[in-house]
Amino acid sequence: MRSEDSLSKNIDWLTVLFYAVFVIAGWLNVFAAVYDADANQSIFDLSLNSGKQLMWIGTAIVLIIIILAIDYKFYSTFSYVIYGGIIFLLLITIFLGTEVKGSKSWFEIGSFRIQPAEFAKFATGLALASYLGRVNVKMEKLKTQLIAAGIILFPCLLILLQNETGTVLVFSAFVLVLYREGLSPWILIFGVVCVALFILTLIFHKVILLQVLGVLLALLIIYFAYQAISNWVNKKVNRAKRYITYSIISAASFMFAAGVVFSVDFFVYEILQEHQRKRILVLVNPDIDPLGAGYNVIQSKIAIGSGEFIGKGFLQGTQTKFDFVPEQSTDFIFCTIGEEHGWLGSSLLITLYVLFMMRLVHLAERQKDKFSRIFGYSVASIIFIHFMINIGMTIGIFPVIGIPLPFFSYGGSSLWSFTILLFIFLKLDAHRRQLLSH
Amino acid sequence: MITSRKTVIQFIFILVGIIFIVRLFFIQVVDSTYKFEAQNNVMRRVIEYPYRGLIYDRNGKLLVYNTPVIDLMVTMKELKISDTAKFCSDFSITKEEFLSIIKKMKQDKGYSSVKPMPFLKQLSITDFAKIQDHLIDYKGFYPQARTIRSYPHTSLANALGYIGEISKRQLENQKENYYLQGDYIGISGLEASYEKELRGKRGARYLMVNVKGVEKGSYKNGQYDTLSIPGENLISTIDLELQQYGEKLMQNKVGSIVAIEPATGEILAFISAPSYDPNLLTGRKFSENYRKLESDSLKPLFNRPLMAMYPPGSIFKLAQALVGQQIGVVKPTTSYPCNQSWGPKCHPHPSPVDLKGSIQYSCNPYYYMVFKNMIYQNKHENKFKDSEIGFDQWRDLIISFGFGQKLAIDLPNVKSGYIPTNSFYDRIHGDLRWKHSTIRSLDIGQGELLIVPLQMANMAAIIANKGYYYTPHLIKAIGEDKKVPAEYKTKHYVKVEPKYFPVIADGMEMVMSGGTAASSRIKDIVICGKTGTVQNPHGEDHSVFIAYAPKDDPKIAIATYVENAGFGGVWAAPISSLMIEKYLKDTITRPHIEKRILEKDFINKKPKTVSSSTR
Repeated sequence: MRSEDSLSKNIDWLTVLFYAVFVIAGWLNVFAAVYDADANQSIFDLSLNSGKQLMWIGTAIVLIIIILAIDYKFYSTFSYVIYGGIIFLLLITIFLGTEVKGSKSWFEIGSFRIQPAEFAKFATGLALASYLGRVNVKMEKLKTQLIAAGIILFPCLLILLQNETGTVLVFSAFVLVLYREGLSPWILIFGVVCVALFILTLIFHKVILLQVLGVLLALLIIYFAYQAISNWVNKKVNRAKRYITYSIISAASFMFAAGVVFSVDFFVYEILQEHQRKRILVLVNPDIDPLGAGYNVIQSKIAIGSGEFIGKGFLQGTQTKFDFVPEQSTDFIFCTIGEEHGWLGSSLLITLYVLFMMRLVHLAERQKDKFSRIFGYSVASIIFIHFMINIGMTIGIFPVIGIPLPFFSYGGSSLWSFTILLFIFLKLDAHRRQLLSH
Repeated sequence: MITSRKTVIQFIFILVGIIFIVRLFFIQVVDSTYKFEAQNNVMRRVIEYPYRGLIYDRNGKLLVYNTPVIDLMVTMKELKISDTAKFCSDFSITKEEFLSIIKKMKQDKGYSSVKPMPFLKQLSITDFAKIQDHLIDYKGFYPQARTIRSYPHTSLANALGYIGEISKRQLENQKENYYLQGDYIGISGLEASYEKELRGKRGARYLMVNVKGVEKGSYKNGQYDTLSIPGENLISTIDLELQQYGEKLMQNKVGSIVAIEPATGEILAFISAPSYDPNLLTGRKFSENYRKLESDSLKPLFNRPLMAMYPPGSIFKLAQALVGQQIGVVKPTTSYPCNQSWGPKCHPHPSPVDLKGSIQYSCNPYYYMVFKNMIYQNKHENKFKDSEIGFDQWRDLIISFGFGQKLAIDLPNVKSGYIPTNSFYDRIHGDLRWKHSTIRSLDIGQGELLIVPLQMANMAAIIANKGYYYTPHLIKAIGEDKKVPAEYKTKHYVKVEPKYFPVIADGMEMVMSGGTAASSRIKDIVICGKTGTVQNPHGEDHSVFIAYAPKDDPKIAIATYVENAGFGGVWAAPISSLMIEKYLKDTITRPHIEKRILEKDFINKKPKTVSSSTR
């Protein structure tokens, strides 16, 4: 009894409340997404997604009880075992998996179907936390960076072989974790610059882009040269040398950026096939293929846009009626919120997510134990990447990558995987004082 | 340092949140166009099927045109039927048909409840008119106009080919990514060969339709709409009247007639008998009729002029005589007695004969000697090696006539026939184990030789041209600018010099004036011809004839092959001469011959005969 007391006292109820709000709001919106005014449906109807989602929620609660009941030391002790088990599952899925919509990522046991890739996220988080959590491991060392990268990239490779590209992107979340643990910020900036250049190349012609970059470079070099000369004249030789170094770095960066632009251009227009190219180009202009690759984005923007300031009201969305937005209860669930609850509702939900993620970071920071902290950051980052890509794609600022909105989207595998992720962390957090005593 | 990293991460979270909220503000509050689009947001793509190109004959008569039909499309999500019985009677279908249509539709891989799916396909305009009034009572239907092929005649089916819905395999394997499910594509004949020219380009209109199904105009002012571009018309080389006459002559017979204009390689008539009415393979009865035709034991779908490979028989003696002269083993004056003790059998005729006479009387022993002298040229002391040298030289000259290779006609599935090779005999008999006596049945066009009727007609054209041919073809002009494929403007020379041809022509003239086809001569037209009677181990001999006319200014070269009909001079020759007369004079001066041909029925007389054409 004592341990249960301490658990209920020590668990972070605020986070649990966030969880409950997201899950229940998600369930209501799943119902709204399938709702047909003429059909006299019940939200509990098991033939509807909403009824099934309620079942998933029920099983998730069982899952939570199990996770909280297991000893907190289990997760750190068995992290590599769990990781190894998931890797094994991923491997056999490649050979024995069932193909659904072109990706061979589902594993079938009888009538029960799971997607091991979903569970690879928390397993990788555990393994990474376990490795980086060792006392003698220093993030600055190249060896550490390589091993950490290996832990992250190995499951990525296996998931890539299952043709589940969306999930692989989620693993980029771990870059944030590594950054927090001491990885150079330049890698973060480098990644952002590459993505920005990629998108700019799609929008502008490469020649124009290079001209703009060239002018920027010229301005920078003129400035640096001016500084160098004036410092030289003032006998501040070291400073002058520094400015010369800067201009060399800018020139090198320019060469690099030009390389990225050319290779992206070549890749998109020469290597990709027509349908793949469309998939990427609709990102910058969905109208090039209004009933094809751009269809989802256009329809989802229309649905969201038609919600206006306060929305049409719960179950009042018209865009849902004709299934305009495909995958509406799973990947495009945000459309329902946008349409029925307007800008106010959408902004509230986004704010809630941001606050939730801030809370997770706060919890992670208060861990006295490196393992728990790293795992906490993993949880926050994975949820953040999902949040960013999922909502980003529904409003047309990310390409359509089919990944769910955490706790919200319809689907058992994703709800379970996020539940496991979150509650393992909450369990660790509840025992943070005991961990300190180690 | 570390605490600031926490701040950086939290800052990223907040930044993304703010970007989303601002972006949503623009989409939801500032920009009002989405509201309009949401109201009119049943976006419907109406495909504008292009008109497939028409095909005309050489005199401007229509061979193939389009008939509009209606595909009735249904969007299942919008469909509401309260009374199935009334619905079925309105659409004049049975309840079982209705259920099976719906079932099939839902099994379709591309099925979607929100996209229009075909409900009733290829309704004729009259059928559609009957149900049109009822459409208003049911939501979710709309008519999609398209066209199917029609023919104002019942001829030329094997050459024209047919179109049909693109198959799953074709859809998956297409290279250019043009076709969509439900598109029609040329499946055989000219429809397949000229698919790209005929099909045109599909257009599409994007319409906004409101929730009640009312059109609200085009999406983004139609800036993404594309117009359909009609396919290009083709002008065929076929003379429809001659074609129909040939088909009439070939009724109740199995075989082919191919007529070519020697000066151009244009095919004037292309008869495959028995054939079928091309109108059978259009419209809603396509599958049913196709199955019937396919199971017909006389194989009406089999394109005999291109695909039926036969031994050529005695008409091959013309090629032997030409090649023999080129090699130098025979001259116009070379004379042999009709000596059957050498081996080959013959029929009674004056003996000995010179080269012309050998053609006139189709003397077998003569060609035994010609071929023997080509094979044994005493270039090597070993008989077997000598045979190989002679045979290789002979084969090289023979294949320059287009034998043993696919003539690049503008139809699919053309067969090459077969001229045996040196290595073929090595495989059968062993290297240096065969000599002239082993292969001597080639001399009169028997043995392993296989030639398709098109190649036979082409040989007639080569002799008419004194040594060259244009690849036979069926289309002489494409589209507005009447362009002709370049490959049909190239002369192909055979490896026999022109000076060796006149004597052959004289011999062929004598075939008509006093030889094996004397009964088929025409008073005012000098025809050069050659008969053939092909031994057929499976039944009655095949009757063959090739010819061209007039001798001095050849306008038509022709090959006729009638299976299981007997002597070449009795059936194939008169049929050819009637065709020639019809084409050159447009009248028939010998109605008794025409009557004899028309009344002859080779099919129902001997229904059990196995046709050798199918091997």
